[in-house]
Amino acid sequence: MKEMVRLEGITKKFGDNVIIPNINLTIGDGEFLTLLGPSGCGKTTLLRMIAGLETPTVGKVYLDNQDVTSLAPYKRDVNMVFQNYALFPHMNVEENIRFGLMMKKVPKDEQQERIDQVLYLTQLEELRTRRPAQMSGGQQQRVAIARALVNNPKVLLLDEPLGALDYQLRKKMQLELKNLQRGLGLTFIYVTHDQEEALTMSDRIVVMNAGQIEQDDSPDKIYHHPSSKFVARFIGESNFFDLADGTALAVRPEKLNLCLEADSSTEHPEPAYYGTVVDVVFYGTIDKVFVRLDNSNQTVVAYQYFDDVKRWQQDERVGIWWNKRDEVKVKK
Amino acid sequence: MRNGKLLVAPAMLWLSLFFAVPLLIVVLVSFATRTPYGQVIFKFTLANYQRFLEPLYIKIFISTLFTALVTTVITFAMGYPLAYTIAKLPVKWQQPGLILVMVPFWINFLIRSYAWVIILRSQGVVNTLLLNLGLIKQPLALLYNDYAVMLGMIYALLPFMVLPIYVSIEQMDKRLLEAASDLGAPPWTAFRRITLPLTMPGVAAGSILVFISSLGMFVVPDVMGGAKSALIGNLIQNQFLSARDWPFGSALSIVLAVLALLLIMLYYKALQSQEGGASDAKELA
Repeated sequence: MKEMVRLEGITKKFGDNVIIPNINLTIGDGEFLTLLGPSGCGKTTLLRMIAGLETPTVGKVYLDNQDVTSLAPYKRDVNMVFQNYALFPHMNVEENIRFGLMMKKVPKDEQQERIDQVLYLTQLEELRTRRPAQMSGGQQQRVAIARALVNNPKVLLLDEPLGALDYQLRKKMQLELKNLQRGLGLTFIYVTHDQEEALTMSDRIVVMNAGQIEQDDSPDKIYHHPSSKFVARFIGESNFFDLADGTALAVRPEKLNLCLEADSSTEHPEPAYYGTVVDVVFYGTIDKVFVRLDNSNQTVVAYQYFDDVKRWQQDERVGIWWNKRDEVKVKK
Repeated sequence: MRNGKLLVAPAMLWLSLFFAVPLLIVVLVSFATRTPYGQVIFKFTLANYQRFLEPLYIKIFISTLFTALVTTVITFAMGYPLAYTIAKLPVKWQQPGLILVMVPFWINFLIRSYAWVIILRSQGVVNTLLLNLGLIKQPLALLYNDYAVMLGMIYALLPFMVLPIYVSIEQMDKRLLEAASDLGAPPWTAFRRITLPLTMPGVAAGSILVFISSLGMFVVPDVMGGAKSALIGNLIQNQFLSARDWPFGSALSIVLAVLALLLIMLYYKALQSQEGGASDAKELA
């Protein structure tokens, strides 16, 4: 894959505060890459450095093999979709979208053509004369995307673009964005703290923690083979069973099986742990069963589907077992 | 809610007693007649308004409007950059910056006007300095002309322009400028297309404050303009105090008030149609 963005030895400090100690990252042309992490992990700062809105304290930013480290944002061939859209309130939809084209001195008839195209793409044709204040969050979101896309940027940067939308709309926009990116073959760099969103949309996920890359992998690998406790905990729920050598075994709750303490059937392996059910919470498609392990304060959680053996009750004594292939050894 | 409405009663009472009633009296007096000894008798006449149409008064009126307009334009030209600079200071320096703008308010306006006299008169600070430096041989006539009046007005009214503009710049969403830069706008273009249009409400508020205040100003022309430069404020003041012609003074006041109201309405209309997007669209296309 052709390289589109390269970050080389990036360090970012605000005063004495080190936000990003040292990051190297290469992003391919046409890739949908997600920077995922809790708030304050440096993911937005990293994105803003690619846009040129922040300058790295140390290190270089390359865009399409060109050093853009000290290039002002308005000279960079990237565009950003801001977290709260940052639409110009005194301009209507069409004027907002035209802004970038005007700045690049695109000829007028081409401007109109490209605007019409992107309005069609984002289904905003009916709203072209509306002001941002006259539109819903979802519509404003589309305008923000259209305003960035119309410039045919080499890279589209998205800073938690769906964060302000309600759940239903967010789900819908996730698919729309993904289809858009695939259809246009554009490079997307997407920042979110929502792991579900990251898993749904990305070709590749970079999990960040305290300004460092914890894991850089495909969504499938990130979910099924987290490299550290942090990743396993951040992406979905996970149970950890500490080992003597300082590592731990991570097992997803849906892979954890429960049996009666007395049950010594040979259909499943010998339970590795025993414990007492402390709580059972109904979650629609599943029951979440919380079990306190014997001889420790640790509580683990197992998802039980209703076609499973039985529905568990509080205070029942259970054995816990899982298949070897479902455990992942992680660093602490 | 019913009890809440009672809370406005004191203010309503105050305003009707001390604002509405006196205003009504002024309106009535403006249609009344004056006896040769300066007494007001309530015999209906339009003579006071007709008298206003005499060339002498029209001239004063026009020069008042002109002075107010120039004062507004200059305070805008000086005030916007100042407000912008203060708004872009690090947060901890913004408050001191604003206080410096407001410090003159702590001293009585009349005293400040006389301070200008001390600075500008023939044996004043400026002339003495220039004479001693050998740059001039004769003292310059810095005081008692239209320029001195303008200077005094601009000095007095600049804060009224700076404060509303500062507020509108300070309140503007800074991310809009990041978005503009991201979309390819160099700083100056971003200012012209984003900051300036979005801070127009502040400019409008400041302009109205300055314009209206300078229309009625009489202390500055009195103290710094001498006898040469009479504005409508001085004319009105004279009718009430020296000429003892209350009806004519009232008529002048009403004309001034109506005109000010009309101008404010026009200004808001213009601003609204601009916000309506018509002129934006034209410019963008």
